[in-house]
Amino acid sequence: MHIQESSYREPLIIGRKDYKQITDDVCKGVEGKPNKYWYIAFTISFLGLLWYIGCVSYTIGRGIGTWGLNRTVDWAWDITNFVWWVGIGHAGTLISAILLLFRQKWRLSINRSAEAMTIFAVICAAMFPIIHMGRPWLFLWVFPLPNQFGSLWVNFNSPLLWDVFAISTYFTVSLVFWYVGLIPDFATIRDRAITPMRKKIYRALSFGWSGKAKDWARFEEVSLVLAGLATPLVLSVHTIVSMDFATSVIPGWHTTIFPPYFVAGAIFSGFAMVLTLLIIMRKVMSLESYITIKHIEYMNIIIIVTGSIVGVAYLTELFISWYSGVEYEQYAFINRATGPYWWAYWSMMTCNVVTPQLFWFRAIRTNLTATFIISIFVNIGMWFERFVIIVTSIHRDYLPANWSMFHPTFVDIGIYVGSIGLFFTCFLLFARFFPVIAQSELKTIVKSSADHHKSNH
Amino acid sequence: MANQKKYWKGIEQVEKTPEFLIQQENEFAQELPIDEFLNTDAAKDNAASRRDFLKFLGFTTAAATLAACEAPIVKSVPYLIKPEEITPGKANWYASAYYDGHDYCDVLIKTREGRPIKIEGNKKSKLTKGGVNARVHASVLSLYDSARIKGPMANKKDYDWDSIDNTVIQKLNAAANAGKKIAIISSTVVSPATNKAINDFATKYPTTKHITYDAISYSAIADANERTFGNRVIPSYDFSKANVIVSFAADFLGNWLSSTEYASQYAQARKVSERKDLSLHVQLETNLSLTGSNADKRFSLKPTDLKIALVSLYNSIAQANGVSGVSVKETEFDAQIKEMASALISAKGKSLIVCGINDIHMQLVCNEINKLLGNYNNTIDLSTPLHLKKGKDSDIASLIDEMKSGNVGVALFYNTNPAYTLPKSFDFENNLKNVDYKISFADRLDETAILCDVVCPDSHPFESWNDALPKAGHFAITQPVINPLFNTRQAQDSLLKWVGSEISYYDYIRRYWQENIFTKQTEYTLFDSFWVNSLQQGVFYLSAPEPVNDILPQAQVTTGVEQVPFSINDSLIDLANAANKENFDLVLYEKVSIGNGQHANNPWLQELPDPISKVTWDNYVTMSPQQMKSLGLNVLQGEQQMADLVKVTVNGETIELPVVAQPGQKLNTIGIAIGYGRKNAGKTADHLGANVFPLTVYENGTIQYNLQNVNISSSVGKYQIASTQTHHTMMGRAIVKETTLHDYVNDPSAGNEKATVTVKKGRETEKIEVDKISLWQGYESLGHLWNLSIDLNACIGCGACAISCHAENNVPVVGKDEIRRTRDMFWMRIDRYYSSDAEEGNLSEMEIASENPEVVFQPVMCQHCNNAPCETVCPVIATSHSTEGLNQMTYNRCVGTRYCANNCPYKVRRFNWFNYFKDEKFVGFNPSMDDLSRMVLNPDVVVRSRGVIEKCSMCVQRIQEGKLNAKLENRELNDGEIQTACSQSCPTNAIVFGDVNNPNTEVRKRKDDERSYLLLEEVGIRPNVFYQTKVRNKQHKA
Repeated sequence: MHIQESSYREPLIIGRKDYKQITDDVCKGVEGKPNKYWYIAFTISFLGLLWYIGCVSYTIGRGIGTWGLNRTVDWAWDITNFVWWVGIGHAGTLISAILLLFRQKWRLSINRSAEAMTIFAVICAAMFPIIHMGRPWLFLWVFPLPNQFGSLWVNFNSPLLWDVFAISTYFTVSLVFWYVGLIPDFATIRDRAITPMRKKIYRALSFGWSGKAKDWARFEEVSLVLAGLATPLVLSVHTIVSMDFATSVIPGWHTTIFPPYFVAGAIFSGFAMVLTLLIIMRKVMSLESYITIKHIEYMNIIIIVTGSIVGVAYLTELFISWYSGVEYEQYAFINRATGPYWWAYWSMMTCNVVTPQLFWFRAIRTNLTATFIISIFVNIGMWFERFVIIVTSIHRDYLPANWSMFHPTFVDIGIYVGSIGLFFTCFLLFARFFPVIAQSELKTIVKSSADHHKSNH
Repeated sequence: MANQKKYWKGIEQVEKTPEFLIQQENEFAQELPIDEFLNTDAAKDNAASRRDFLKFLGFTTAAATLAACEAPIVKSVPYLIKPEEITPGKANWYASAYYDGHDYCDVLIKTREGRPIKIEGNKKSKLTKGGVNARVHASVLSLYDSARIKGPMANKKDYDWDSIDNTVIQKLNAAANAGKKIAIISSTVVSPATNKAINDFATKYPTTKHITYDAISYSAIADANERTFGNRVIPSYDFSKANVIVSFAADFLGNWLSSTEYASQYAQARKVSERKDLSLHVQLETNLSLTGSNADKRFSLKPTDLKIALVSLYNSIAQANGVSGVSVKETEFDAQIKEMASALISAKGKSLIVCGINDIHMQLVCNEINKLLGNYNNTIDLSTPLHLKKGKDSDIASLIDEMKSGNVGVALFYNTNPAYTLPKSFDFENNLKNVDYKISFADRLDETAILCDVVCPDSHPFESWNDALPKAGHFAITQPVINPLFNTRQAQDSLLKWVGSEISYYDYIRRYWQENIFTKQTEYTLFDSFWVNSLQQGVFYLSAPEPVNDILPQAQVTTGVEQVPFSINDSLIDLANAANKENFDLVLYEKVSIGNGQHANNPWLQELPDPISKVTWDNYVTMSPQQMKSLGLNVLQGEQQMADLVKVTVNGETIELPVVAQPGQKLNTIGIAIGYGRKNAGKTADHLGANVFPLTVYENGTIQYNLQNVNISSSVGKYQIASTQTHHTMMGRAIVKETTLHDYVNDPSAGNEKATVTVKKGRETEKIEVDKISLWQGYESLGHLWNLSIDLNACIGCGACAISCHAENNVPVVGKDEIRRTRDMFWMRIDRYYSSDAEEGNLSEMEIASENPEVVFQPVMCQHCNNAPCETVCPVIATSHSTEGLNQMTYNRCVGTRYCANNCPYKVRRFNWFNYFKDEKFVGFNPSMDDLSRMVLNPDVVVRSRGVIEKCSMCVQRIQEGKLNAKLENRELNDGEIQTACSQSCPTNAIVFGDVNNPNTEVRKRKDDERSYLLLEEVGIRPNVFYQTKVRNKQHKA
């Protein structure tokens, strides 16, 4: 029988891996000892985490006054970081849910780490709404908990409450989705384990996976159901986050374009972060055969698309502010571009609109170094986007008598940098103890017999 | 057995069911079921299963969490024997008169559980008419100042009164016997009884001389009147009767003489809705003052040009009266002076010229112009003189000479601090060493007291008995509202003691009133009822005011003394020859907050921003921005950039201060506020800014505050200014709506265009006012709907309301560092905007104020929106709408997301960044950090903890109190019965509070006025606070 295969389609796994090799390659990270790069990276990240803990404790112990906020700018780095981290998380969900529904097989090499990134990014993000509260020990009050006060309830009009639901749902679904995917791989490690401790731990983690056809059938079904649940979340979470701003009355926030613009931005920044992480990981953990240039290129294409959407959104905002005829709205945007925070605006414009356009060149989008640098640019640019939206809108709003500037303190900086430490500590632990590639699923796309057949020709 | 009846709680009790018996044991079965839980077999079984383990773990965690949730308990001790007049929770009000040697106000003092906590104006006063300025509002906090000394001191050690009295009497006798002078140096004494006590003292010790010396001198006015009229008095001015007011650098709305009185008079002539007319106010000055910023027309002139302008004005008016003038050089403002002169002439007898410069020639010419315009007996009244500020500078100068020659045996300092306030040339500190014995009555070891042998601390005015005669015919009584907090004694009691009198000062006042005032009235036949009535009212007026000297037994009111022959031409020529000197001119000015520096240790005053510059906690050099640019100094402190420090050198004295850009400041001049640079005032005030009193000079018999030939160095360093407003123009937005009198008369709604939205109906488009459409359903308003109306034409920007609000609502003082971080906590603030010359649309130019800008003030507090953006965004409903239109804040529920603050278009919400009452950072200035000053807190308003948002509540505690009072008395609320702290304290009645649902209220009348508008109406949030457009008396729009 003639094989219906395009001669142009490049393989998603290179190096003629067979099943055993894949298992060996993926499990190596868990079974072997980590190399010195891991230790260096972990030490730095862990110091970052300690710094984070220190700054957060100081904030909670003394008050939000330790930050640079003021009576006019009541949110700045805190919510910037929150939106930035939530945005980063989106790529993982998009890869594992939407690409699953669209049967994009190339996702299989990267979905595990992308999902892990989602989980950790959401953890980092979720910390900010809690620690930015004046009285974080009362954070439970934002949940609709039954209480003895009778009618005392949360405010369902408040976008912050919607955030609570959005983020907690998102986190729960992502975690379950990620964990379900991990079960067969944990079982593999369990089966290969030679030390009793490892066997015990991975036995517990694999929930008694037996590898029977029934298990696999259920696994497939659950994955599909969860993908279906997660798909709307990709759109809804950042839509709701954007409503924190869109439903307000502040010029520069009060914008109907925000939901799609934020979702595109989130996917944009998420893919940039996935690229940043995977380019390092494939090198450090020798996974070049699984995370190929083809994968990088696909992701870069998504970056061009979403980056262009974001660019169009920026221009639309400018146009609408002029077209609205509202002087406050007009001033808000003129001030962004030419006011005291012009540098933030133009950093955002350069990083988010100009640099991704370089990916139109095949040479650049298939070049690892260039991709890595641009991904960093996008990460920075997307942080600035949130900073620009939040700070430059409120620092000069309606009454000029209130206008002020925002100056971050060492605590603001510490918490932000520290949250990156938290993220990488989690990610490195994940890389050390969890299978970083969904090996069981990946094996479904290894056409060993056909390849074998072809190579024997 | 008397009562055999028994009532059953239920059938179970009759039947004594086992369940009932168990329940009876445990009536409130609410506690944690610990026993039930832990007594199970499982708990006793050591080998607990995993399930049990988890169960226990969960239970203990939950129990521990619940236990940890208990709030800390603060125990309070109830009265063992309740004082008769004190009902816990109910305020007692006492009428009193506040006078500290500088400010006079008739006040009502609110006390709670025996503590004075709030000052309000006494509306019965014909002088201050219920107005109280910021400094008097803040005086209640000075009462609880921990820098006050706790008892008499000798040689800086604590002492007892008896031994001090013995030594003092011995020293006084020694000095009197040796024929050496005993000098009592005081600021103006307005109390007739005190003056009599001083006279008694002088009788006992015949070498006594009482020298009146005011830190901020108005000597030239009284001296000029002495020359012109043979009577050394300061007249009464009536700004309400003046149709044209020309002020030569007199800050009569902020500080000049009796400014609280003038502010309310001035505002009467500015009530444009009632009068359909306005007075014309022209201000000529060097610095931009509060008064200048309210003027219809303001000229910015160098001090020398002010003199020339005065002469030109005299010439024009004299010519019209057929009197010849003197020749004076031509200037570029001659045409405008002529215009001004014709306005004055056309308002003859209804005009007023005042001059705020302590220069006898200027005052003489000013008197002459007023004479020519026939203003005496119309707008100026010499027959009811003001008794404030009667100090004579030449007296203190001659005393210094006597000190130098060693003629002074004993010096007593009462209500004065010459070591801090005298010109450097007097060399007071060294000359004081020649005085054998120095006594201070200061309440703290201030700059003078520290040089004295004994300090006999005077009690605070709220702990003292006193009387006052601030103006002829206006009698007032000061009564104590609290026992002396420390072992202090009134200065008058000390004087009486040293005279050898056994009588207390209280009895002395009573006797004085019985003999001197009671006899002059006919209303009361019994002295006791007269006294009690006067005490209750706080003020007492004789039906026909007596000539001054009958009442005031005081040496320095010299009437009919030999009249120095003088010619007005000499003065005119002197002024016309005023020559510009090189370098800068320095004009010292007084701030509405700090005044003469006496209350510098009051943190409320330190934190109150200057109404013009909006800078707190410092004094600084004010300079025109253009000039700063040419000198290479940083103009943009606005964006929290550092200001440049410069060295200012005058007459060999050098001080170092930061430079602040001040539009409206004349080129080649600078201004610096007095009252800073205290060395011994207390923790709060010491070493803030620089003291500029030593820079003043004594010339022509008066102390001069305008100095010439001032050198300014280039930048010698950087300094961060603490300012509450860093952006100064309105950016072309309709925030303060403004019109001219001309336009207003033609159309009362001039300048008050309503915001509209264009709506499409079919093919037609239609403009609809924004308040006609809304996405929200709105609230039903059946009962009261509280509104606050702010008349921008009456608001002079004085800041009294801001301090009143601080005191009423326990607003924390956050200090210089936090203000630098733009974290002021003002619940109500006064925004100040300068006009800009830029063309509409040129945004960067619009940020720059004009060279001589028009100024507008706008008090902004929570606007209590009916469609409040803050209410919808709070995730926990910590802020909600009341049925009476208030936007309420529930501190207990607030988790501090600050979303509400971000979403507030007015940015009136304030976040508690720290625990202001506990955090180390706020030691030394925040009242609630200190056990003593904590006593000023209003028990009706909770002190907010960190992490919650706070804001104006429209004084909900007062609304509640008013409603309850009406309910108890079973009547309807009267209009004006409930006053917010700001509306109560406003000296110009710019702020009116009331119920707009009641058609007969004042606030409703204002709401229906054509000038009313809502701030940021176009946002559609429907505030309950509204403003009235500002109307300037000019023909055309600038």
